[in-house]
Amino acid sequence: MKIKDVNELQKYANRIRQGVIKAVYSAKSGHPGGSLSIAEILAVLYFNQMNIDEKNPKAKGRDRLVLSKGHTAPALYSALALRGFFDMDELSNFRNINSNLQGHPDMKNIPGVDASTGSLGQGLSIANGMALGSKQDSEGVRVYCICGDGEIQEGQIWEAAMTASHYKLDNLCLIIDNNNLQIDGKVNEVMSVYPIDEKFKSFGFETINVDGHNIQELISAFEQAKKVKGKPTAIIANTIKGKGVSFMENEASWHGKAPNEEQYKQAMKELGGVL
Amino acid sequence: MEENKKIATRQSYGEKLAELGEKNENIVVFDADLSGATKTSIFAKKFPERFFDMGIAEQDMMGTAAGISTFGKIPYVSTFAMFASGRAYDQVRNSICYPKLNVKICATHSGITVGEDGATHQMLEDIGMMRGLPNMTVMCTSDDTQTRWAVEEISKINGPVYLRLCRLETPIIYKENEKFEIGKAIQIGDGTDATVFATGVVVSEAIKAKEKLEKQGIHIRVVDIHTIKPIDKEMIIKCAKETKQLISIEDHSIINGLGTAIAEVLIQEYPCKLTRIGIKDEFGRSGKATELLKHYGLTAENIILQIGGKVNE
Repeated sequence: MKIKDVNELQKYANRIRQGVIKAVYSAKSGHPGGSLSIAEILAVLYFNQMNIDEKNPKAKGRDRLVLSKGHTAPALYSALALRGFFDMDELSNFRNINSNLQGHPDMKNIPGVDASTGSLGQGLSIANGMALGSKQDSEGVRVYCICGDGEIQEGQIWEAAMTASHYKLDNLCLIIDNNNLQIDGKVNEVMSVYPIDEKFKSFGFETINVDGHNIQELISAFEQAKKVKGKPTAIIANTIKGKGVSFMENEASWHGKAPNEEQYKQAMKELGGVL
Repeated sequence: MEENKKIATRQSYGEKLAELGEKNENIVVFDADLSGATKTSIFAKKFPERFFDMGIAEQDMMGTAAGISTFGKIPYVSTFAMFASGRAYDQVRNSICYPKLNVKICATHSGITVGEDGATHQMLEDIGMMRGLPNMTVMCTSDDTQTRWAVEEISKINGPVYLRLCRLETPIIYKENEKFEIGKAIQIGDGTDATVFATGVVVSEAIKAKEKLEKQGIHIRVVDIHTIKPIDKEMIIKCAKETKQLISIEDHSIINGLGTAIAEVLIQEYPCKLTRIGIKDEFGRSGKATELLKHYGLTAENIILQIGGKVNE
């Protein structure tokens, strides 16, 4: 399944957002802000870039995605459901005791999830291991890893950045969801991580800055990353936390709370979704 | 027991790992700048394309091993026990154990017997931390023969393993053809005056105590618990029923280690008294390993005293 039409992909991004709101509203908890900011990134990866098969979720040689910012699982689950890994209706059971859809991604029990994440800062190392594994067997797998901008405050990210560069993991593509906000407020006020691109460049990455909500720019960046040889790529995607829902946009308070009924209806209306 | 032929379990590990690398090409090895000390350097020399030095970055090492294991590789990950279990606990828990990934953590330099490096490097809490993790198998081998067996055996089970190894050279206890099984403790002798449950580096001390006590007419048995999780419940209950006194000894804190694991079984299945010998809720200190064993009472002499024997015979 490879959708090339930009408008069509934008529709998928929007449907991912609807799924996010539905999941978080149903669970009465979860993390909408950072889920909404990665909707285009996931739409492009799951519907344009990644070589995956929803009928064979564990297929050898498939591309991998590690959602290192695991709390934005609603976006990942929404993308996976849209791609056909499981039923869309299952999103309503997010975080429910009888559902497999755990609060954070669980690779053991959720089809399409390639890595269990949630404790921030750990995903890039896992992605590196996958990239190394692919290189050992010349499997030609591309490994994608999505980190939050706040997340890169974790020291392990920089250990992993050294590793990716040292072992020349050119099949690894890191995406930083640079939405500028974290739980306690603005990233540059809590603990500045900037300049992100310069930091990764100095660690040996090819870096590409994009508008993380621009489908065409994202596609071009991923295509460019595939051509990079001998080093990993970091795409710094400038995004808006809460993107697509007016009252959630650029509001740190929407990092980890669920909308009430009224807010849910408003959000779905703005996203053109069905209640 | 061959008292004159001593070898550290880290050495047995390194040698066996290099041998195993020939048989199983899925084995890859990770180290964090300590390959000379953990002895993974032997594998590295033989299979440089399957050895990854991760630098002084244990957290990243655990995550990378988790990732590569999803490609069918069997990573053996080594560093000192302090860093494998302590520094990288969150990574071991969440990146490896939660998804039950096939990562073999072989941690050397465990316990007080690290010696001169002192408290910051003497890991005394790792058994507790590791056995508390769901999906984790925890092993602590006592000699060369058993370690070589374990290194290969753990490659055959699918899931995370913590193998606790030592720096101190200890006697060879078992003959080459000895049969072991994961989760099955080894009973040495069938005396009924006492059972000494031991693990790792101090099993040889327990055997020394047994031999000395025999000359005094006190007949004990030693139970070598090489697998701390899953623990051999049947053996513990059997010994509790058959012997008059129970002692545990470990080069580890008495909190959450072997003694605690045994106590957990006893309290539920066959309540009785257990004397735990180990490090009593304190940090270690610098010194020669043998001096430290004496200082903290991890010796044959202390076992003999606990059983009411005489030490000067």
